[in-house]
Amino acid sequence: MAEILVLVDHLDGVVRKPTLELLTLARRLGEPSAVFLGPGADTATEVLGRYGAHRVYVVDAPEVEEFLVTPAVDALVQIAGSTTPAAILLPSGPDGKETAARVALRLGSGLITDAVDITAGADGRPVTEQSAFAATYQVTAHVTQGAPVITVKPNATAPEPAPVTPELEKRDVVFGPASAAVQVLSRTPRERGDRPELSEADIVVSGGRGVNGADNFAVIERVADSLGAAVGASRAAVDAGWYPHSHQVGQTGTQVSPQLYLAAGISGAIQHRAGMQTSKTIVAVNKDADAPIFELADYGVVGDLFQVLPQLVEEIERRRS
Amino acid sequence: MKIVVCVKHVPDATADRTFTEDGTTDRASVDSLLSELDEYAVEQALRIAESGPDVEICYLTIGPDDAKDALRKALAMGGDSAIHVADEDIEGSDVFATSLVLAGAIQRHGFDLVLCGMASTDGGAGVVPALLAERLGVPALTHIEELTVEDGALTGRREGDTATVRVRGGLPAVVSVTDRSGDARYPSFKGIMAAKKKSLETLDLADLGIDAGQVGRTAARTAVDTATRRPPRTKGELVSDDGTGGIGLAAFLTAKKFV
Repeated sequence: MAEILVLVDHLDGVVRKPTLELLTLARRLGEPSAVFLGPGADTATEVLGRYGAHRVYVVDAPEVEEFLVTPAVDALVQIAGSTTPAAILLPSGPDGKETAARVALRLGSGLITDAVDITAGADGRPVTEQSAFAATYQVTAHVTQGAPVITVKPNATAPEPAPVTPELEKRDVVFGPASAAVQVLSRTPRERGDRPELSEADIVVSGGRGVNGADNFAVIERVADSLGAAVGASRAAVDAGWYPHSHQVGQTGTQVSPQLYLAAGISGAIQHRAGMQTSKTIVAVNKDADAPIFELADYGVVGDLFQVLPQLVEEIERRRS
Repeated sequence: MKIVVCVKHVPDATADRTFTEDGTTDRASVDSLLSELDEYAVEQALRIAESGPDVEICYLTIGPDDAKDALRKALAMGGDSAIHVADEDIEGSDVFATSLVLAGAIQRHGFDLVLCGMASTDGGAGVVPALLAERLGVPALTHIEELTVEDGALTGRREGDTATVRVRGGLPAVVSVTDRSGDARYPSFKGIMAAKKKSLETLDLADLGIDAGQVGRTAARTAVDTATRRPPRTKGELVSDDGTGGIGLAAFLTAKKFV
């Protein structure tokens, strides 16, 4: 069966959800092998096996953490050279996409970025689906040259377990010239808090200009916590300094595709819509009945978010008790 | 220091953009302009020039004749000269061919620093800066929010997927900056007038020693099967808050099994 390489996204061996989605998609194309870079493989192996990784290639070299992107490229290219995979899947994100592009260039492969779905075509080769032009278009495409290198956005599919006991294989990698490398001076993991990661969350509750102040975001957070959701913010709210940039939803922030997106005090500028309009269900609360966000909303409330949201939280708690 | 800023002329992101029949971006049906995200790269180049002596800024673009408009806009913001690579054979190029042509023009001009936006607002893959660095064999500091140039080295802050990272690389290098790197200036009237007198050189593939077979649709390593307009989201129920708006919303979310 064709081998599919999946680059593992992890923090000290704790595998992030998008990797499980990649393994699930990889099984549609062949037999997944995980490529694990850095320390912590022992922690990760069990979960990688649970989601169908038959093999785990481990590259535990200091270079992986000391330099940006290029060590991962060297590792993937050398592993691909000795395994001839039918496809290589990576998570979409700045690092994943840059790694993918460089790997594809070196291997002479075609590249597809930001896929939202992958299926096996008639010949078994991958056919991808992407969103284009602020998600107003749906594009299907395939790679015509080399082993396809594909980056996949979070929430492309629901992770499905398919347990196997993976073989662990340590790999030595020859790293390229340090002159072309970018040194990582420090790495500060973002505070996660108790809420789910924005890009991976099933539910996202976002606030915009209408929230009108940093302190007022507590209203948004209370709704998020009552639904077990991540908190998002529009560019206007972030630019005003009301909420951290890492929570920005939109074309230049995080692009999300949750089961439920709740927009409060967000008008729905195209910049914002580009980051959320593939959400499965959209609800909006806004004072302005003509706000463009209502054109996308499955359910909209024209009203003051400071009235509607606290009442929503109260009612959710009442229904639960 | 020689800075080359790569810019792209793109269909207006706020307009109703479409694909042509062969699955490439329709550039004729809507007005195009300098990609908003590239303005931040222009701004960073201008700030570097303002903070030190002997900085020369050249803008570079690939595209049909009207792509010159993007160069003129950048020149109106500041900088010295521009290069426009125009060749029919480039049409339909993927990121690999695009980076090949850009790298060819950058090498021909000479460079200490290549500055790019974080992504285009049309294709939006955001991988051309990394591919340029790969082809030029220099460090790539990408998605930088805060850039410092000092003693032949670059340091920057990068907001990664899960962590904030401080990075350092030597010159020459490729840098891409985000929309958080500093607000881009507006061209002044004086700047617009001055831009008309600045050098704008047009090159074709032959000038760069690139064979037509290496670029364009024929060399593309991917093919689009279908490009279909997503059915517009149907506008759902819209209610005015009569004092029970939150209760109604909770009922909707419960019916959808989110509660």
